[in-house]
Amino acid sequence: MRTTPCGHDDGSDVIVVGGGAAGLAAASAAASDGATVTLVEREGHLGGILQQCIHNGFGLHRFGEELTGPEYAARDARMVEADPSIRVLMDTSVLAVDGDDDAFDVTLVGPEVGMAHMSARSVVFACGSRERGRGAIGIAGSRPAGVYTAGSAQRLCNCDGALVGRRVVVLGSGDIGLIMARRMTWQGAHVLMVCELASEPGGLRRNIAQCLDDNSIPLHLSTTVTRVFGHDRLEAVEIADVDPRTLVPVPGTERRVECDTLLLSVGLIPENAVITATGAEIDQTTGGPAVDESLETSVPGVFVAGNELHVHDLVDFVSEEGGAAGHAAAAHALGDADRDAAPTWVRVTKGEGVGSLTPQRLRDPADEVTLRLRVRSRMTDAVISIMSGDAVVKRVRKRVVVPSEMQTVRLTPADLAPVTGDLVVSCSEREGVE
Amino acid sequence: MSDVERREFTCVRCPMGCSLTVSLDDGVVTDVTGNGCPRGHAYGEHEATHPERVVTSLVRVAGDFRPVSVKTVSPVPKECVADVLAAVAATTVEPPVSIGDVLVPDVCGTGVDVVATRASA
Ligand SMILES: Cc1cc2nc3c(=O)[nH]c(=O)nc-3n(C[C@H](O)[C@H](O)[C@H](O)COP(=O)(O)OP(=O)(O)OC[C@H]3O[C@@H](n4cnc5c(N)ncnc54)[C@H](O)[C@@H]3O)c2cc1C
Ligand code: SF4
Repeated sequence: MRTTPCGHDDGSDVIVVGGGAAGLAAASAAASDGATVTLVEREGHLGGILQQCIHNGFGLHRFGEELTGPEYAARDARMVEADPSIRVLMDTSVLAVDGDDDAFDVTLVGPEVGMAHMSARSVVFACGSRERGRGAIGIAGSRPAGVYTAGSAQRLCNCDGALVGRRVVVLGSGDIGLIMARRMTWQGAHVLMVCELASEPGGLRRNIAQCLDDNSIPLHLSTTVTRVFGHDRLEAVEIADVDPRTLVPVPGTERRVECDTLLLSVGLIPENAVITATGAEIDQTTGGPAVDESLETSVPGVFVAGNELHVHDLVDFVSEEGGAAGHAAAAHALGDADRDAAPTWVRVTKGEGVGSLTPQRLRDPADEVTLRLRVRSRMTDAVISIMSGDAVVKRVRKRVVVPSEMQTVRLTPADLAPVTGDLVVSCSEREGVE
Repeated sequence: MSDVERREFTCVRCPMGCSLTVSLDDGVVTDVTGNGCPRGHAYGEHEATHPERVVTSLVRVAGDFRPVSVKTVSPVPKECVADVLAAVAATTVEPPVSIGDVLVPDVCGTGVDVVATRASA
């Protein structure tokens, strides 16, 4: 352990950055393997985004019941708080992680530690995701109050008790936008419409039915917001039809919609502010770091899980992934003979139909591997195939695959036996089937 | 002449999201089409005759600007959703609140309790 001038140092075997579903699972897993763990959370509560997701639909796979987000978070938080080998630092931000392999220097700031350096042998990043804002989609017009990302409106409403507006237009039909359209309606606002640039809704059909149809909220596909009006507060937006192929607004279709609030639900991207500075390689398609099957990044000893790796739609899989990263981080910290062996790298690449994929490489192609992927477009009667050269490693049939549902494929050592070189993962509709 | 009616639903039981058409005769389901599997038949029948929803919302806590989140412990009839929301919105509770505390018993006479899903100190 090392003491620094600007703060005391209680080094840990494993430091977990972020106390959402992924970080909570990682901390518990690493502690259960005998590691000492420090969990650092920037907010005043554990559970991350789950605290603002007050609707039900969490934990069906893991607990066999449909919990709300805060209930799911509470189950994991209780376990972490009761574990004597986990130290939890709340209201504390990790600013930087320097060093490598098993001598990391983590810079953090918070009320309990002040500005401090802390040493660790492994680091698990579980910082979640951030929302794309208006800057990312470029809407013309003034800069009035009343334009929010759907997630920040959700937090203001569900955690801070503030309804952000009364007459609402939602741009983007991702699940957060759909859920917020229902929430704002249920809290007494008038949600006028949801506009979606694409010709297909971004969110799950289940949410279209239960959030929009149930509340008679119209969904306008191939429609976007082209301009906002208002000086101090939003007064109206201009919407327009878009050409379904080019996604360019069609001149002459513009119309004005009077509203005081615009919610943007135009996608999530992994929160990579801190991990990027470690030098970890980033995959441009997932937006998160590239990892091997143990969720280790290109920097040995740095692991990543949850939305920071690859934006997930089911928290159950986020927890599973956090657990896997925690076990691997503990193994790295405590010294594991298997991990010391020189790896025989195998690359895992995206073939036809696959939009994003993790892990991007395998360290030991004889181990169990969990592949997670998103397809590019909706397909029915689809087959996900994993090939190694001409050899079929695995084929999985799916009645339907949609980009909004992450697919999970598990490969056993037996599946991986014929692997001789790089793996290619693709997804297509079966021949001769519409 | 009997009262024949056709209604459209989206099945939410799996990501296929099949478009169901349910035929009713005097309120009795006579046919479900468009379902990709038997689960869709059951869903269509249920949605057409007695649709239900779990309601999640917020309850004010005295002395705190932060509300607690709540849910109905089981689904309530869909036509009661607006009344349940109004009853929940009209409620203010005293802290502390623990997860699982019953905040509105037998909401709107549905026989279903509204419980806290988040704690408040
Ligand atoms: C609106 C919405 C609805 C959803 N609905 C469902 C659903 O119905 N069912 C379902 O299963 N899943 C659902 N999900 C998905 C699931 O809830 C999330 O994928 C999951 O909770 C993400 O967990 P995470 O730990 O990766 O990230 P987060 O929960 O975002 O946690 C990241 C944590 O890291 C902290 N942090 C970030 N940077 C730092 C730093 N530098 N230092 C310290 N701390 C830091 C943050 O404060 C945060 O607490 C939904 C998600 C959203 C957004
Ligand atoms: S009918 Fe069957 S296949 Fe279609 S959405 Fe419902 S459960 Fe899925």
